[in-house]
This record gives sequence, C-alpha cells and structure tokens, in this order.
Amino acid sequence: MMTATKQSYAAAFVDALHDGLRSDPTVSIIGGYVLGLGPQRTLTDRLKQDFPDRVFDPPTAEAGLAAVGAGAAMAGMRPFVDLGTASFSFLAWSQITNEAAVAHYMSCGHLRAPVTYHMLHGVRGGGAAQHSQSPQAMLWNAPGLEIVAPSCAADVYGLVRTALASPNPTVMVSHAKLLGVESDVPQQRAPIPFGKADIKRRGRDVTVVANSLMAHYSLIAAEALAKEGIEVEVVDPRTLVPLDEKTILDSVARTGRLVVVDECPLRGGIASEIAATVAERGFRALKAPIARVARADVPVPYSLPLEEFVTPDPGKIATAVRRVLAY
Amino acid sequence: MPEALPEKLKWQFLETMLLIRRFEEAVVKLASGGHFRGHYHLYIGQEGTGVPAIAALGPRDHLATTHRNHGHVLARGADPGKGLAEILGRATGLNGGRGGTIHLCEPELGFLSTSGVVGGCISLAVGGGYACRQRQDRSVTMALFGDGALEEGVSFEALNIAALWRLPVVFLCENNSAGAMGVAKGGYPTLVHAASDLRLIPKSVGITTVRVDGFDAATVHKVVTKAVSRCRSGKGPVFIEAMTPRWAGSNPLWPELATGITELRMATGEAGTDGLHKDWYEHYDPVLRLARELAAGGAESVRRIHALDEATGKLIADAVEFALQSPLPRPETALEHVFVQEGAA
Repeated sequence: MMTATKQSYAAAFVDALHDGLRSDPTVSIIGGYVLGLGPQRTLTDRLKQDFPDRVFDPPTAEAGLAAVGAGAAMAGMRPFVDLGTASFSFLAWSQITNEAAVAHYMSCGHLRAPVTYHMLHGVRGGGAAQHSQSPQAMLWNAPGLEIVAPSCAADVYGLVRTALASPNPTVMVSHAKLLGVESDVPQQRAPIPFGKADIKRRGRDVTVVANSLMAHYSLIAAEALAKEGIEVEVVDPRTLVPLDEKTILDSVARTGRLVVVDECPLRGGIASEIAATVAERGFRALKAPIARVARADVPVPYSLPLEEFVTPDPGKIATAVRRVLAY
Repeated sequence: MPEALPEKLKWQFLETMLLIRRFEEAVVKLASGGHFRGHYHLYIGQEGTGVPAIAALGPRDHLATTHRNHGHVLARGADPGKGLAEILGRATGLNGGRGGTIHLCEPELGFLSTSGVVGGCISLAVGGGYACRQRQDRSVTMALFGDGALEEGVSFEALNIAALWRLPVVFLCENNSAGAMGVAKGGYPTLVHAASDLRLIPKSVGITTVRVDGFDAATVHKVVTKAVSRCRSGKGPVFIEAMTPRWAGSNPLWPELATGITELRMATGEAGTDGLHKDWYEHYDPVLRLARELAAGGAESVRRIHALDEATGKLIADAVEFALQSPLPRPETALEHVFVQEGAA
C-alpha cells in the first residue's frame, strides 16, 4: 500500500491504528485527540469515518477511561485508550499501575489485561510544569507494564501494531514534538517485536542510548560530532519494558564509552537505570565513566531560557559525548 | 429579573471588566506578534461573572482558579503589567516566568495554586475551605472553574467532602459551553457530560445550587454575595452555575479577536451593531451590556465611559510596554525555588 518513502510520526501512527482496527475486531479506540490538538489532529478523522462504532470521544476523565480500558481488556477486548497529555495520566495512576499492571500477576496468570494506554509526553514548548511531564520513568517502577517510546515513523507503526496485539498492558508515550517529524519508512511494514533495540547510527567512538525525541536529538548531535571526527553509535531501545540490554551492552563493548540521554528527570530516571545496568554488567568494557544527560530535577518552567536550561538538547548531548571522550 | 446595583458598584465593575477586556485583547496581539509560546485561554465574555463574583469576597478569602485565569487574577487586583510579563515569560512576571499564561497566580491576593489540571482547582478549593474553617475566622474559599471540570472524578469526590464537612466553599462554575462548536467542527473541546443539568451533580450530595446568567453582572453579584454570606455563617458550600455563552473568539483552537476590538460606542449608541455578531454585541457581551446600562444615564455618563476607556487603554499600553521591556529570567535561575529556602522572605 505504501508509496511514499517518508512519513510523519503522526501519519504512521494513524496508519497503525487503522490497520490494527481492521485486522482485529476486538480493537477499539477511546480518545478523541490521539494526536493532541495540534495540526496533526485531523489525521485521525479517517479512523472515525471508517470505524464509527469503534472510536469514542470521551469526557475529560482520565481515571475513568483508564479503568474502562483495563476492565474491558480483562473482559476480552483490546482497547487503545488515549489519555491525552501525559501530565494528566497521573489522574489515572491507580488504574494503570495498581489495576492493569498487577491483574495478571495477582491472578496467578489467569487474568489478562491487554489494554494499550497512549499519552503525549515531554517538554512541548511553553507548557510549563503541568503540561510537560514525562511519566515513563515512574511507570518503569510499576512492574507489569510494557513501556514503549518510539522515536520515528517506522518504529511507531510497528510498535503500535505490536502493542495492539500484545497480551499485556502497554503504555506508549509519544513526544509531542515528534508528531510532525518526517522520517523514512520501509515499503513493507510489519509489527516490531518489543525488546528489540535499533541501532539508528553506527559509530566506533561512543555509544549514545536514547529513546523517543532524545533518539532524534542524539542523531542530530551525532551528525554535528561527525564533522569533528567523532563517530557516535546511537542505540534506541524503543521499548523500556522489555529492555534490550544485550544490544546496549554489545555496543558499549565495541565503543567502551556510554552516554545515556533521556528527558525524564535525572534522579531515579531512565538514564539512571540504563547507566546502572551497564555499570553492573558491562563494567569491564568501560574506558570512561558513564555520562547521563537528562532533565534537571526541577518542575518544567514556562519561560523559554528557563525551559531550555533544564531540558536536554543536541548541544548538551554533544558536550557529554566530548566529555566522555576526553576522559 | 435583573438586579439593581448601586451606581458606584456598577462603575467599579465596568472599570475592572474593561481592564480585563483590554488586557485580553492585548494578549491576542502579543500572541499573534509571536511574543510568547504555547496555548492560552482568554476570559473575554466571562467578565460579567468573575468581576462581580470576586468583588463579593473579602481580603482574607481564598480563590482557586484554572487555565482561564487572567480575568480572575486581574479582578482580584493583580498588576496587569506583571500579568502580561508573566505571559511573556519575563523575570518581572507574577511568577517570575515559571508559570506562564496557564498559571498566573498571586498568593498574596489569596490565590491558591492556579491549576491547569482539569478539576484540579475544585478539589484544591475544598482544601482552602478546610483551612478557612480550621482558622475559624469566617473566611471562605471560592473555586472558579469551567463546566468541563465536572467530567473529572476528583470533582465529585471534592464536592462530597465539602458537603460532608459543611466547608465554606463557593463553587462557581462558569459554564461556557453554550454555543461552542467543539472539536468535531475544528474548535476547542467542549462539554461531554451525560447530566443534562450540571446542578444535578452537587445536588446529589445535598449542596445548595443556583443558576444565573453569567453576563448579568448585577445578578451574579447578588447571588454570590448571598452564597458567601451563607458560607461564612457555617451553613456549608454553595454551587453556582453561571451561564456564560461562548465568545466566538474562544471557539477555534487558537483564540482570535472574532468580534473585533471592543467598541464601547456600540454601548453608547454612537456605533451600530449590525453583522454576524449582532446578538453578541447587543445581549451577551457583558462589558457592552453594563456600559449600555450606564450610558442610559445620559451625556455625562457617556462622557465618563469614554474617559474610562481612554484611561484603561493607557493603563494597558503601559502594561504592555512594561512587559515587553522586562528582561527574561537568567537561565541558571531555573534551578531555584524547587524547595523553600530557609530564611527566605
């Protein structure tokens, strides 16, 4: 079906939802603005047109919607529940982390809750503290959830397809700034298995591990560093649960240096967890201390210079790469 | 029946309502000039609710509000220059540029956190009411929120707690979904609720409810004054639903001055109201409505209206200038204020 070779994250996302709805009658979508309220929002119109009985415009009721999703999943459906801005998923915390996440385990494997939760995460630009959160690190601390954080059109397509087919509860985060970003997509698209990292760029000098928008930023940083003769390898785990530790460790074994980039706050964050894993299991390969590039441990401020100061960007990633190389 | 207000109060309300109107018009211009980023929400069309409602409060009372807060903060007396500076993310802003348009807040004026979380302020206001009662100083807390807040579960929990503990909270719902076009037509999200009458929700937990035309400043003031007095005397919370028809400029996703720069000569009979927004100009625009009522006083009143408009225009022009000339915060200060610094003022 595909003719274009480049596609936006948003367009690929909608394709995956459409194909998911078409291939499985138990899939439905709860959420009126899966792509937020930005310019991409009209892309979802065809979902409503083609599946009018399976796409629902809900009230603003995150807790209720997350519970409906979990309950429907326990009863045999595969709902895709959009919680909108990830900052508001905190209202649904109990339903996600203490209902959906624990149901299978608590029933000794008898119960399944194959719900997919989606949310728009990240520093969107002027969103201030209450519209800029990235809750995936906190969710990583809730065993029982698969966590997906795609960085490009090809990945979001394949990972959404897998999420919709997964027997487990899945949380998928999309960075608000990625929606309009175009990238290459393959002619033949298929589900991408969870737990399989993708090496977005090969390089001999430093391994950079990054997901979501930070993988995109790391590639920008890598291009700039290449001009200085520094070859960066960018590894995108794509899913945090399950995490492809092997691909990360193998890359660090080749380069001997690691920078982990993530937009969640530093303390107890994703960068910290990946750094700890490599420190524990890949210590002998390391030629320099691991560097973490993450959001400062402060709520996100509104004003641009403040926001930029606390948020990782290609420049800060490049600085960290140079630092681990200079060690 | 519209209520009669003392003349002095009418002029006072018009002054504040006009200040808010001109402030919001300046915000749209600053946004279209690219002076700030991010989504924003305007109070145009709701001045007839917020101004007389907040005027019914005393200095010790608390308020909790939402993303649509500009009018509330100004009505309570916040400095318009600092308000605009906050919206532009400047160091001189009400919150030093940390909050922005969605979180204008002035704790010294009694505001609790201005929450951008739908339903957030209703529940925080119940906490404010709890504090008022613990202090036993007859103070009250007012929650100002939109109809969408009642879609959130926490709102119901908060109403129940307020009712159970008879807390002094005035729940002021500014229902601005009437006339909204909604997302399906390319506009902003609008009410999605199974309750045909939102008053049924507080009623179900025994809270006294009142409905009022939100563009009728006089009636709003009377109803809120009565509710505040009921709260002060320990009789428990009151829920007021103010119907504030959706201003055409708040219909699209990004606000626009759909009805133009407000022309007070429409209220004095010196300019016509014909066209697409005739109904708005003649019935629902609360600023024009109150100005028209005052203009009926004769030539001296008309002169006074124009003088007020000129003074307000100057005030806002100065506020815009102050905001634009204000410095941005130094980047490294982003790390400050995560925690209370002991010894800080």
